[in-house]
Amino acid sequence: MGIDRRDFLKRLAGIGGVALLGKGAEAYAGQPLGGFPDHLGVLVDTTLCVGCRSCEKACNEINQDLPRRPQESFQDMSVFEGRRRMSAGSYTVVNRYPDPKDSERPFYSKFQCMHCLDPGCVSACIVGALTKDPSGAVRYDAWKCIGCRYCMAACPFQVPAYEYHNALTPQVRKCTFCFEARTSKGEMPACVEACPMEVMTFGKRRELITIAKSRIKKYPDRYVRHIYGEHEVGGTGWLYLSGLPFEDIDFPKLGNTSVPSYTEPIQHAIFKHWIPPLTWFGVLGLLMWFMKPVENKTEPRSDEEGPEK
Amino acid sequence: MSSHEHAAPLDKRFFTTGVKILIALMITGLGFGLYRMIFGLGSVTNLTDQYPWGLWIGVDVASGVALAAGGFTSAFLAHIFHREHYHAIVRPALLTAMLGYTFVGIGLMFDLGRWYNIWHPALPMMWQGNSVLFEVGMCVMVYVSVLYFEFIPIVTERFMGRVNLPGILSLLNEPIDATLRVIDTVSGKIMFLFVIAGVVLSCLHQSSLGTLMVIAPYKMHPLYWSLLSPLFFLFSAIAVGYPMVIFESIIASKSFGREPEMHILTPLAKFTPYLLGVYIALKIGDMIYRGSYVYLLEGSIQSWMFWFEFGLLTVVPFLMFLSSRVRQSAGWLFTAAIMYVVGVLVNRATVFFVAYQPPFAEKAYFPAIGEFALTIGLVSTLMLVYRAIVTIFPVLPAPEEEC
Ligand code: SF4
Ligand code: SF4
Ligand code: SF4
Repeated sequence: MGIDRRDFLKRLAGIGGVALLGKGAEAYAGQPLGGFPDHLGVLVDTTLCVGCRSCEKACNEINQDLPRRPQESFQDMSVFEGRRRMSAGSYTVVNRYPDPKDSERPFYSKFQCMHCLDPGCVSACIVGALTKDPSGAVRYDAWKCIGCRYCMAACPFQVPAYEYHNALTPQVRKCTFCFEARTSKGEMPACVEACPMEVMTFGKRRELITIAKSRIKKYPDRYVRHIYGEHEVGGTGWLYLSGLPFEDIDFPKLGNTSVPSYTEPIQHAIFKHWIPPLTWFGVLGLLMWFMKPVENKTEPRSDEEGPEK
Repeated sequence: MSSHEHAAPLDKRFFTTGVKILIALMITGLGFGLYRMIFGLGSVTNLTDQYPWGLWIGVDVASGVALAAGGFTSAFLAHIFHREHYHAIVRPALLTAMLGYTFVGIGLMFDLGRWYNIWHPALPMMWQGNSVLFEVGMCVMVYVSVLYFEFIPIVTERFMGRVNLPGILSLLNEPIDATLRVIDTVSGKIMFLFVIAGVVLSCLHQSSLGTLMVIAPYKMHPLYWSLLSPLFFLFSAIAVGYPMVIFESIIASKSFGREPEMHILTPLAKFTPYLLGVYIALKIGDMIYRGSYVYLLEGSIQSWMFWFEFGLLTVVPFLMFLSSRVRQSAGWLFTAAIMYVVGVLVNRATVFFVAYQPPFAEKAYFPAIGEFALTIGLVSTLMLVYRAIVTIFPVLPAPEEEC
């Protein structure tokens, strides 16, 4: 779906500054959003995953500001008895899903922030603490954050977690795509590197889609015919292949429209060059002028009903 | 903005039993508030990663803003439409709006994880024009200032000609009085700009509050997700303005031992069926257009909430307001008004934390004791401040016999 909203312009300009930016910005803004041409991503082939939790451990190690956890805790396989979600202490979790055709060999799936192409969290953030890097990562700047948690309400995957028990400097927590430590330097995220089964492929999103398609074509029995994240909510940086229907491995059923494309047009229509608010101001002003009583007529028109005696 | 001769400071004892109860509630609430500030949101609230918004956003903030709509709707009637008859309600409504928004801000301070960054949206380097919340935040900030400006004449009126400082300070009496007079004249001259701005800003942020959850189409219950949600919020806020004024006015009359001002409230109530009718028509039209009526009988908590807040607390008061017998009886009018006021409150709460259904919720959110306590504490504090201000400043209409 061609989404060519003028996001960058709007993001740069804030309300009302549109005119100041002039033509150069217009030209840049004209680029379709789907056209981060070098958007990086990861293809996760859940059919290969054995549930060793090495990715969780690597994630915990590289993110120095998460609560450190002992090595052994990642060898505890009893966690698979329940379903886990990401939390303020873990950016990624692996869950187990039984295969109805083969009770011996269940499926596993790792989950984390999807690094959406048009992220709800970024559009929602009141101060721009969440930003989309052209290379793909959705980044968070705790210093700007006011802790309103609107990003959490906006994320269609229910990803961002919050440090509810930190009284003074709570942060929104979600996968960083290892941006600072690795992907900004062209290295793969820590989890991708740690995986012994090569479940994950790191690369340009466009190429990952080609790879995914060819895998489905080559092994039609192994996969459901769907690349999750190719179109969901306008496309995501992380892409998934699965042997089970995606609903059965806890992927929400989502439409192809990105969530900001519902709110942003409303926002921008209301503030289009300040015309609607100023018009409303003018109309009210005129009304005030014309309604001004000529003589001192103070009786209300609707007073045919007196109070009951 | 002249004809305020009829407003006067309240001449009543301050510490009544009611006031003592309010003080107790205030202290309890602020105790929980303090606890939250020291031990974090998680220690007092039932908020989770699944439910990031709860009672404080749904009630303290969203309902607080909606129920302060009496301010701009009565300003519209009295100042823009020049219905002089209604001037007596403008000041109380203005005070409610001013305090209402102030307490929205205070309530928000308890809800924001990094409350000390609350001013960040005002920094141009952090402006984020795509964010609905940014617009709400900016409009509310500017609107609070407008409301305080609109209150200036009430302050100058109170002190002009009455500046009487003791001892050596008495030398300042003359200059202060002169300054007050200048402020009074100047603010009176440009007040119309602020009145209009107040209405514009109100329309903007009342509707944008309704846009907030539009960003969660895959999480909201279909009965409560619509692209028209901003209009629902705007029109229900406009509709609740006068019922809120009526509700407060009758309460104030009762608690200050006066007769309800039915000669103003009865004609005022006549507008409500029209305004409420627009909202109800929009809402039903949208439901038919989107086909969401199929969810009405599904028996989910969301469908029950819809029947409760829309059926019982919106349509029923609408029908009541239609009847001239209801409008003429203080008791019935009060019942209809309070029903719709509660209806708006329940509607906002439903949108923000009942209709919101996170895909991986472990259990539904229900507010914790501490969340209720703080909310009740803040409302009590607001009422105390209201009472204190009407005792000091000429806000409420002077009792009949003095006129
Ligand atoms: S998955 Fe959620 S948190 Fe991650 S980029 Fe998308 S909207 Fe943001
Ligand atoms: S919690 Fe922080 S990151 Fe999330 S929307 Fe609010 S300010 Fe932005
Ligand atoms: S490291 Fe690889 S095989 Fe192990 S749990 Fe993570 S994705 Fe699965």
